[in-house]
Amino acid sequence: MTGGPTLRRVLVGIGILVGVWLVVPTLVVVPISFSGEDSFAFPPSSWGLEHYATFFTESSWLTSLLVSLQIALIVTVVATLLGTAAALALDRTSFRGRGALDGLFMAPLIIPGIVVAVALYAAFLGWGLIGTPLGFVVAHTVLALPFVVVNVAAALQNVDPVLGRAAAGLGASGWATFRQVTLPIIRPGVLAGALFAFVTSFDEVVVSLFVQSPQLQTLPVRMFTSVTNEVDPTIAAASTVVLVVSTALLGLVALTRRKSTP
Amino acid sequence: MTVTSPVAGAAAPAPPRAPDPPPGRRLARRVSLLLAVPALLVLLVFFVVPALRLLWLSVTTPEPGFGNYTALVADDVTTTIVLRTLLMAAVVTVVCVLVAYPYAYLMTIVSGRWRGVLLAVVLVPFWTSLMARTFAWVVLLQDNGVVNQVLGAVGLGPVRLLGTTAGVTLAMAQVMLPFVVLPVYTAMRGIDRRLVDAALSLGARPVTAFTRVYLPLSLPGVAAGATLVMVLSLGFYVTPSLVGSPQQSMLAQFISVQVNQLVDFGAAGALAVTLLVVTLLLLGGVRMLTRTRGATGSGIAGGLT
Amino acid sequence: MTDRAGATIRAEALTKRFPGASAPAVDAVDLHVAAGEFMTLLGPSGSGKTTTLNMIAGFEEVTSGRILLDDDDIARLPAHRRNLGMVFQSYALFPHMTAAQNVAFPLRQRKVGKAETARRVAEALELVHLGGHGDRLPSQLSGGQQQRVALARAVVFSPRALLLDEPLGALDKKLRESLQLEISRLHSELGITFVFVTHDQEEALALSDRIAVFRDGRIEQVGTPTELYETPASRFVATFLGDSNVFTGTVHGGLLDTGSAQLHCDGPDGPGCLVVRPERLRIGAAPADGANRLSATVSDVVYQGAFRRILVRFDDGSTGLVRDAGDAATTTRGDRVEVSWPAAAGVLVPETAAERVGAGVGSGSGVGVGAGVGVGA
Repeated sequence: MTGGPTLRRVLVGIGILVGVWLVVPTLVVVPISFSGEDSFAFPPSSWGLEHYATFFTESSWLTSLLVSLQIALIVTVVATLLGTAAALALDRTSFRGRGALDGLFMAPLIIPGIVVAVALYAAFLGWGLIGTPLGFVVAHTVLALPFVVVNVAAALQNVDPVLGRAAAGLGASGWATFRQVTLPIIRPGVLAGALFAFVTSFDEVVVSLFVQSPQLQTLPVRMFTSVTNEVDPTIAAASTVVLVVSTALLGLVALTRRKSTP
Repeated sequence: MTVTSPVAGAAAPAPPRAPDPPPGRRLARRVSLLLAVPALLVLLVFFVVPALRLLWLSVTTPEPGFGNYTALVADDVTTTIVLRTLLMAAVVTVVCVLVAYPYAYLMTIVSGRWRGVLLAVVLVPFWTSLMARTFAWVVLLQDNGVVNQVLGAVGLGPVRLLGTTAGVTLAMAQVMLPFVVLPVYTAMRGIDRRLVDAALSLGARPVTAFTRVYLPLSLPGVAAGATLVMVLSLGFYVTPSLVGSPQQSMLAQFISVQVNQLVDFGAAGALAVTLLVVTLLLLGGVRMLTRTRGATGSGIAGGLT
Repeated sequence: MTDRAGATIRAEALTKRFPGASAPAVDAVDLHVAAGEFMTLLGPSGSGKTTTLNMIAGFEEVTSGRILLDDDDIARLPAHRRNLGMVFQSYALFPHMTAAQNVAFPLRQRKVGKAETARRVAEALELVHLGGHGDRLPSQLSGGQQQRVALARAVVFSPRALLLDEPLGALDKKLRESLQLEISRLHSELGITFVFVTHDQEEALALSDRIAVFRDGRIEQVGTPTELYETPASRFVATFLGDSNVFTGTVHGGLLDTGSAQLHCDGPDGPGCLVVRPERLRIGAAPADGANRLSATVSDVVYQGAFRRILVRFDDGSTGLVRDAGDAATTTRGDRVEVSWPAAAGVLVPETAAERVGAGVGSGSGVGVGAGVGVGA
């Protein structure tokens, strides 16, 4: 099975088809968002910026965008602080139940979104958190924590423990060692975790659909209702904006990763 | 170098003959463990408690007992949906494996630069927003959408895709592909090519060399990826909701209907618990197969729901 | 702000017991390092030398005992307030800081002003001949350069003692030798107290004012390199530092009875080991009065340039090592020879129960070549 020329040609053909299948569908929203018509026709017969104008002026779209950005920012800060602290606490420790604790921190990643959503919905109904900013923030924080913990823990693995001794031997207190040695070294990991936390919150649909109320919706929820209930090409503009934001941020993650592994 | 130091006296002398204070560092260690408490509290209150509450609801609402669970088995609609979900997940899994295997093999035989391109392409669905991607599929699969235009141009269309199982499969498999490509590629990269050459030199025909040597060696990767896709497909909500049709709903949609329209937390809880148990069992299997803890986490770390 | 550059370090009954371990890692060690002295803690791995250093540095909690820096008990002081310089085997440079930033780190902790910091960093880098390398990251420096940055960083804040934990262990032989000279020069230039941990006996002999030989959590002997080599206090010291011929037996009236021979020695009656360095043995030379002599067969001759190592088998079956500078140039394998040495060349050391077991492994009469044979030769 050395891969004769025919086999190779077939494989390359499959590769191209798969590439088209993976990449093109996502990009199709971009031309539609610049369409001058009020439909999803592709390719558009005329061009314009009306959909963007609607997106940035009509209150239901604009509000949901702003809500999403605010919640995502708060979630980023909260999840990054909590997750980084937890990763630091658990770094190089071993005790009974350590595995269960790791499992707990990873659980929101592994458990199907719909299960988390229904569980939170039932609880939030009783606690009066449905449709509140706090409800969104805690729900998204739970989902974002694993990303921060995983990224920071991985970064901490790269910190040579002897550096802590060296810093102490040179006169640095525990806090000074953390600020001047540990934190700078793990900064790329913390940054990656923070970006993941932002994107997780900004993109989240399933749990948000259950936590939302008509008065407080995030952008993905607004998009979901748009696809189900309306034929409104504004969603193409919304999709393009979301694509640009999340792609840019995840690109940043990739950049910080490359930097952190010289 | 001078020997004057502004802090020569900084090493404050400890009081002589003081009774030994308790070792301070173990205390510091304990304090640093406290740093995990806020995150743990959030997870306990907003994740563990709600999950346990749901479990509790499933055996207490509307009346105590396992009625909700026995109803799952007895109810025709439920069994139909569960079977449909399993079938759908299986179809998506098969499609993914059939596409991912040659793709991963291609990755092993191209140059490093092209391997990077192929990897980036397969990760695109990870990167892009779920809602944007799903909306794109709705547009593409509509009756006069691009896919139908292409099919029509080659004389195959038009075909109804939006609201059909075929459409959902196409959209779901796209997102799931990386979960198979990555473990299969990893398994293939670990295969010693010389084993295949050895088989050929011993007189095996290329097809035999493949089926008897290469395929078995790459199978663990396939198994790991396939199980992962199966698991994730079972819980899919957004894609089937928007690309599929309500008449062909899957388990996650059914759970959502129980909650939002029927306000039956007992039944929803029982369904969710069942889904969770199946998920964990299958994931446990994957972990036993691959023994790589990171792969699962970082895979899902792409932001799938 | 003191007229003396170096501090005295005294460990008193210093003990470290790790939880769960049956024996203490460091067992009531008493050690006195004089101001400005170069003291080496030497021993095999697991002998407690590194644990002792870590307790002095503050990286390990002291189970009991005191550590006095001059007159202050620092045993309960956190590491960052002990004001001791520390150099690690793995360099422990901060990877995200340049060489200059690394060297400035201890000054930054001590809130030294900007201009003063810049001046002292430049001085310290000059001191280790890395003047032009301040803006390099550790990853851009060779192993030897990294360790020199670490040295500069450890002395820039003028500590009164420098602790070195096998600082040359990660370097190849050639670099090791050049850095030995560097460390030796630093010691004499700075005049501060050095406590140096190593398991390399040659390094210890080359660098130290005094050496403390560790074994099983205790100090076996403290002394100058010459004292340790010429008059080892135990069989362990004799065999750990350099090569030794060890004859075990019972002393009675100035004669050691090995069971097959009577050897002249100087020491009290009772069981004992007679240690004779290989270069003190002669082959074929006319023995002086009061000399010991044993007949033997040459089993191997290894030419080493300036001298030859001659392995012999004594008539009772035990083996010995002779380092010959030219007297026995014609000796070859299989020759019957007379091995002799003046009585004053041997050192009688007490034999402990544990060592008796060890000796039994070698041969019945207890004549054997010590564990040090071949180490670093």
